[in-house]
Amino acid sequence: MPPAPAPSVFAGTANVIAVLILLAEFGMFRQALLRDQVRLYAGQSVLIAALAVLVGAVQQLPELYVLAAVTIALKAVAIPLVFRRLLRETEPEHAEQTGHDIAGTGGLGLASTVLIGLAVAAFGFFTATALPVSSGGAPVTALSVSVSVILVAFVVMIHRRDVASQAIGLFSLENGISLASLVVAPALPLLVEVVLAVDLLLAVVVLGLLIRLHHGRAETLSTADLTELRG
Amino acid sequence: MPVVAIVLLALPLAAAAVAFWVPPRAAGPVTAAAGVASFGLVLALIPAVTRHDVTALGFIRIDALAAVFLLATSFLYGCVGIYSIGYLRTGGEHEARNRRYAGRFWAGLNVFAWAMLVAPAMSSLALLWIAVEVTTIVSALLVALEGTDGAAEAAWKYVLIASAGLTIALLGTIFVYYAGAQVLGQTYNLAFTPLLGVAGRLSPAVVRLAFVLAVLGYGTKMGLFPVHTWLPDAHSEAPTPVSALLSGALLAVSFYAILRFYQVTQAAIGPRFPRDVLLAFGVASLLLAALYLFGQRDYKRMLAYSSVEHMGILAIGVSFGAPLALAGVLLHVLAHAAAKGNAFMGAGVLVRKYATKQTGLLTGGLDLLPWSAPMFLAAVLALSAMPPFGIFRSEFEIVAGGLAGDHNVAAVLLVLLVTVAFLGLSATVNKMLLAPRPEADLARGEPSAWMVVPVLAGLVALLVLGLHPPAELTGLLNHAVTALRGTVPHGTGSGGAA
Repeated sequence: MPPAPAPSVFAGTANVIAVLILLAEFGMFRQALLRDQVRLYAGQSVLIAALAVLVGAVQQLPELYVLAAVTIALKAVAIPLVFRRLLRETEPEHAEQTGHDIAGTGGLGLASTVLIGLAVAAFGFFTATALPVSSGGAPVTALSVSVSVILVAFVVMIHRRDVASQAIGLFSLENGISLASLVVAPALPLLVEVVLAVDLLLAVVVLGLLIRLHHGRAETLSTADLTELRG
Repeated sequence: MPVVAIVLLALPLAAAAVAFWVPPRAAGPVTAAAGVASFGLVLALIPAVTRHDVTALGFIRIDALAAVFLLATSFLYGCVGIYSIGYLRTGGEHEARNRRYAGRFWAGLNVFAWAMLVAPAMSSLALLWIAVEVTTIVSALLVALEGTDGAAEAAWKYVLIASAGLTIALLGTIFVYYAGAQVLGQTYNLAFTPLLGVAGRLSPAVVRLAFVLAVLGYGTKMGLFPVHTWLPDAHSEAPTPVSALLSGALLAVSFYAILRFYQVTQAAIGPRFPRDVLLAFGVASLLLAALYLFGQRDYKRMLAYSSVEHMGILAIGVSFGAPLALAGVLLHVLAHAAAKGNAFMGAGVLVRKYATKQTGLLTGGLDLLPWSAPMFLAAVLALSAMPPFGIFRSEFEIVAGGLAGDHNVAAVLLVLLVTVAFLGLSATVNKMLLAPRPEADLARGEPSAWMVVPVLAGLVALLVLGLHPPAELTGLLNHAVTALRGTVPHGTGSGGAA
């Protein structure tokens, strides 16, 4: 049951937004300041909201406007605020000028990581293209991009060795799921979506508390010394 | 009966609120009472769920399958509630830290138990996912509660790996929604019953993808190889009562989520594919755990690997598919909850007595602990599937079901690896308990009677499950097996014979 043929301008715009979301994910490989990392995540969330508005307008799904508003309120405003407030007391004394320095926490060189990210993203993109999915929401290409976002988010979490980037990587992983759900499940009941977002906020608080605990004991945001337990 | 279900889900939350505000001394009895009461409520639900599903408020639905998992969780909730009173009293920290610690501990324990009771009672896959995610968040805080370096690291690993895994499970859930909405329309809300009703018309490729994502995602929380890596660390660093709940109840709840996806997948594309997936994960987990059980130097980690082993057995049991094997799997969930709860509660007594988790520093347990040491030994023997305990019966049923269904290789492999695991477990435990202690530095005696009584209850449960399961329980398990086997849709040609 194919949906009404979508105008190509819509498909093009939606795909551009999806690719921008993927680019934001790549940006997380190298952000040097915690503040910028959080801002990048907030920006990525705004892109998700923009795509939700676009899909809502074109496919006549008004509940997506509410979803966009909730996304902005929680993921672009509340979560970055809460996260940074929780981490404020872990900031170094000269925080006013520089903020948290999380540069150079990558496990590999930047170029190698970006190459790995590209390979993973291409793998995800072409694998997802083979899925027999027809969309009532965003164009199907965006689903392929979302799989790339999810896989690259895993690379971010593996590559960066500071607790803040790992947490942001986890949140952006969830953004990848949001992108996928705009394609395959645009009409997913709003209530479920809102509960999911609130749940994410809860996770942010817990991750923030754990980061404080870690910082309080280790005086650093690096995970390089978390090697005692080996599964 | 709907009232009983609502009370069951409201009670732990109320207990958490009370436990947070009253002094720690009162919070313990409140928690224990809530735990025992919820076990009683689940028992009261059993006759009703064997007649028809209990539904309430539109989002609560308890069938026989869910009731099995509620039974395991509420039993451990009650036992651990009582046990923790003794565990905290023997903590011996100075008063100020103890008060804050105890307040958080009791509130967290109740919320954790609440989330684990809510998960099986939910009528939709989305709510189930949310409940499981809440269990991660709450239990991560509980793992971090000790505040040591190890606890902080374990909690960080746990929350990051388990949440990332659950995100994959969410993707699986969204694909199930997509498959369901194609048939049921855009207003579909991921409710389970209508989905199962139309399962024959779901897109096979999408269902297959969703099942693999769900097994990988929920399997992360369940502790299946290769996504089990958070599990030994979290189990070892958490306060011991929390370890008992993590191992006996939380892993089972994640397994329950996989079973729901299994039901849908089986009804949509036939049993072959989901069984193969579970068999692969199960054998790998069992193999890894059996080997890791040798030479563990931390006995809480050793018990954690034993959990990976038993989760592998559950996955293999489902892959056999025969009614006898499935009945064995569900009995195994109950017996494992009782046995692993007992083993961790016994380990907690050892931690209190010897103030170490290292197996090398621990000798002469049987001389020093007149009650806890024999019961710890009994729990370890039960975990090794020795008769007359419940796990012997359940593993026997699983293997018999596998042999009856022509899964000879897998059944033989299961028996072999379980034997290897038994060797690893018993070698370590024998040394801990039987080797005489050279120095006479510790006096004979139990740290607290509160830490003995719930273990006795667990032992009784293990014996009942092993020797003579009550008729009501057998009836419940049979109903759950019928639900789990489902009806094979017409025209798929994959056949329902096990």
